Amino acid sequence: MNPISTLFAFLMNLPERPMRWAQGRLSKGRLGWVFVAPNLAVFALFTFLPIAFDIHYALTGGTNLLPSQRPYVGAENFASLLDCTDHFDANTCHRDLFWHGVWNTLRFVVFQVGLMLAFSLLTAIVLNRKIIGRSFFRAAFFYPVLLSPVVVALIWKWILQREGLLNAAMIGVGAEPTNWLLDPHWAFFWSVFVSIWAHMGFYTLILLAGLQAIPAEINEASQMDATPPWRHFRRITLPLLMPNVMVVLVLGLIRAVQVFDEVYVLTGGGPGSATVFVVQYIYKTGFADQIRQYGLAAAASLLLAGVLLVLTLAQMKGSQKKNG
Amino acid sequence: MANLLTARRARIGWDWTDWAAHIYLVLGTLIMFGPVLWLVLSSVKSESGLQAFPPTILPYEQASVEVPQRGGALKLFTVTAGAHAGETLAEVRRMGLQSQLVDPAAPDKLIRVKLEERTPVMRLHAAWENFTELFSRFAFGRIVWNSLFITVVATLITLLMNSMAAFALSKYKFAGRDPVFLLMLATLMIPPTIVLVPNYLIASQLGLTDTPWGVIWPAVATPTGVFLLRQYMLTLPDELIEAARMDNASEWRIYWRIVLPLSAPALAVLAIFSVMWRWNEFLWPMVVLTRSESFTLPLALNSFQGELTTQWHYLLAMTVLTLLPVTAIFMVLQKHIAQGIASAGVK
Repeated sequence: MNPISTLFAFLMNLPERPMRWAQGRLSKGRLGWVFVAPNLAVFALFTFLPIAFDIHYALTGGTNLLPSQRPYVGAENFASLLDCTDHFDANTCHRDLFWHGVWNTLRFVVFQVGLMLAFSLLTAIVLNRKIIGRSFFRAAFFYPVLLSPVVVALIWKWILQREGLLNAAMIGVGAEPTNWLLDPHWAFFWSVFVSIWAHMGFYTLILLAGLQAIPAEINEASQMDATPPWRHFRRITLPLLMPNVMVVLVLGLIRAVQVFDEVYVLTGGGPGSATVFVVQYIYKTGFADQIRQYGLAAAASLLLAGVLLVLTLAQMKGSQKKNG
Repeated sequence: MANLLTARRARIGWDWTDWAAHIYLVLGTLIMFGPVLWLVLSSVKSESGLQAFPPTILPYEQASVEVPQRGGALKLFTVTAGAHAGETLAEVRRMGLQSQLVDPAAPDKLIRVKLEERTPVMRLHAAWENFTELFSRFAFGRIVWNSLFITVVATLITLLMNSMAAFALSKYKFAGRDPVFLLMLATLMIPPTIVLVPNYLIASQLGLTDTPWGVIWPAVATPTGVFLLRQYMLTLPDELIEAARMDNASEWRIYWRIVLPLSAPALAVLAIFSVMWRWNEFLWPMVVLTRSESFTLPLALNSFQGELTTQWHYLLAMTVLTLLPVTAIFMVLQKHIAQGIASAGVK
């Protein structure tokens, strides 16, 4: 026997005695709890308990991390976050960075999810045809999904930098080179672009699975009737694909609302506050700033959690429809 | 009739949609995979090679030659005009607008050439030292070790704990089983971004900050993993378990000797996911790890790129090393990853 499986067998035999002891004393139902316990304990400690603490932090002030040392301030954190003369103009808000984050996130969600859905759908439809080298193309579109967000950001930072590949190409075709990440509009464009680049392979796969589940007879029947392609897509493909489109839409929304990793490394939120998003505000306020305002960070987290809750409930409703 | 049908469906040639589809895919592949290729090509360029603008596609470096009489390695130039046009000479020094060169074969005689009348001799050269120097200059081995340790240990714990829970949730009947399962699924709604502050408190109270365990523990219980494994274990026949009980096997033994081996395909999918999650994890490690000795690869990359004068030749090599393991796994297990995602709809 090789040493790894010997070691594995040895380790897995360790709980044998205590578990046998427990088995002799507990009913089978109770034993079930013993198996579930480790998982449940981690959930309790790092998911459920934190939610309760989040509420505590959001209702208390100061910079102390210890919950008992924090003075109760009521809804002050929320009030401060929501305090604006004009909510549509982040500069008039008390916490202007938070509102820049809110509006940027909203804009990001609309563009990123919309365009990503469109491109994933197009790619899935193309990949569903009789294509030469199909598995190669499918792999190429999927590959970025596996990359670390930091790697994704650095790949593009290297291309977009002042003396990078893109500017070389711009000069090559006779255009002016641009400081892509130092212009607010371009920086935002590239955050959306890079985020789509990194994630669309995942959604393409879900849509492709849906397309392949459409029975061949349906397509053949429509072909025999000489249905024009556009009509075929609108009347047959799209309705049958709808459940998968909904999954893509909601999963995409849930992820886009939490945008942080790639964009943070790519732009650092800049220039100015052009690419600051809500999660970056939470991270910055709670951990990166000189004065750590845990209360504000927790309050912002709870507001974000509310949005996510709504989106998740929407997903559940959607998937119920799909199953039922 | 049959002939008519096949004749109509036979593909005689490519119509325009076939062309459009292939052109789209080729362009798309260029955009999806080209940047990664560009990164890899750039990572083996020397520091000076990286500064060339416009950049070359392949890694070039100015050739040099060893001239002991002139104090070591000298850079090679080709003379483009004048009496020595066409000769390849080594540069000793520059004086104002002139360059003093020697013939490597006859290094005693100085040849003076105007600066604009010489061009550097370039040769293909992969600067592997970008990679090796990472380990000698930045304690990079430590960072790779941190990432490997967290990825491997967290994945093992995840597989163990999630499969234990899935075993009970699929093979036992007990009061509270279904609520527990729903409760675990409900944690999908609470992503780590929401509980950063309190998790930091808990990690620091448990003394986990700046340790790999601070990264490992909070995410070992995954709703995705429990769900995936439970659904798979439900398909295993109960008779197997009953037979083992007849043979007086303990429940623990049934779990790890019978159910676990039979769940290997689902465990493999979860293992792949877990490795990807852990290797790429960024925000939570950034919160819980503050000392650079405890950094993982993504954190090291982030802090390295944030420095004022970015040393791209090291940064690019570091980036390539970070994407290498994931790429290797992808190449080997591509099919399983795709199927796992398509069936579970998770990432």
